[in-house]
Amino acid sequence: MFKKFSPSTDIAGQTPVKSSVQRAIRAAVLAQWKIEPETLEAVWPKKEGLVHVKCREHVSIYTVHGEPLIIQHFDGPYYPTLRLLHKYPYILPRVGIDRGAIRFLLAGAPMMCPGLTSKGGYLPPADDALPAGASVAIYAEGKEHAVGVGLLKLGTEEIRKINKDVGVELATYLGDDLWALKSL
Amino acid sequence: MPSKKNQTPVVSVPASEEPEGPPTPDPIPPVQILYCSVCSFPAEYCEFGSSLTKCKVWLKEEHPDLFDKFYSDDALTSKVGTLSLEAQAKLEKDTAKKEAKASAKADAALKKKLASQVIIKRIERNKRKHVTSVAGLEAFGIDLKKAAKQFASKFATGSSVTKNLQGLDEIVVQGDVSDEILEMIEAGAGVLKGIPADNVEIVEEKKKKGGD
Ligand SMILES: [Zn+2]
Repeated sequence: MFKKFSPSTDIAGQTPVKSSVQRAIRAAVLAQWKIEPETLEAVWPKKEGLVHVKCREHVSIYTVHGEPLIIQHFDGPYYPTLRLLHKYPYILPRVGIDRGAIRFLLAGAPMMCPGLTSKGGYLPPADDALPAGASVAIYAEGKEHAVGVGLLKLGTEEIRKINKDVGVELATYLGDDLWALKSL
Repeated sequence: MPSKKNQTPVVSVPASEEPEGPPTPDPIPPVQILYCSVCSFPAEYCEFGSSLTKCKVWLKEEHPDLFDKFYSDDALTSKVGTLSLEAQAKLEKDTAKKEAKASAKADAALKKKLASQVIIKRIERNKRKHVTSVAGLEAFGIDLKKAAKQFASKFATGSSVTKNLQGLDEIVVQGDVSDEILEMIEAGAGVLKGIPADNVEIVEEKKKKGGD
């Protein structure tokens, strides 16, 4: 979504979000992320207006005080920005890639199943399997902090079974053009 | 090694509505991450950036303990993890290549910058009225709109960004303020930072052609 992104050409406009819509977004975020209402309140206080930054190709960024917090593609899931995820690492379920896959991820490539199923990768155990379409935090072998936020193309058990082609698509990642934008 | 498992938050509240009655629990404080001031990545990811040498100098100076954690011999062997030796060697080669490329690019950008000129032009509108145009500020990474605003408030006059005949953006300020603008640039006032005084030139444009 943000491999190539330049605010001057890719942003169509910024509009404050209506309060009824804000309530709906807040409810959806609380349902989709494992975040406590009071923590969400701390990063996005109810009395502060959420601003919708409309971008090309149906990408939306939501900001509070100019700081990008939430991103969305079409009407897909709400993703935290990577900087927000770094602050609250537990809000999304995690998958891990092996060290060899890190540089591909940093180049913006989707994550192939073998990078997740190899010894250096990580998928949740079968009891906590995640379905296709779930948003996930992407961690990297040997690293403490997340390297990206993505969307599962296959369920985690399918990734294990099929073990080829794309397993996770990237929403945003370390060093993409959104990373550089601390405020909009 | 598999990554650490999901940490469970200390406080958990049903994700429906705000709890009623009992006091609201405190929010969980955010994790503090050390971001590299050179490449902006979390410090542990510097090795994947394009400025590792500079990043290491910075880290060693600012956070020697972390420098040891990331770059001591032990750390270097263990971090290779499940990656094969050839793959690790390739990675290091790629990093060096990326770094060389990035520094060549930075050099070229700097050279271009040093060769760029800012032209302040005093333009005669009629016998007594002048406007001042300022061209070339963008080469020094200056936001033209902000600079125009700064001139407008400094001189309490009209100031705007317009395209000149060559199709390049320049700032046009009402009135003859060329000397003042030169002084502002020399002083690095407001957004006008990082322009060497030698790269600024004042020229005059007379309405009618005549002898100098
Ligand atoms: Zn760095």
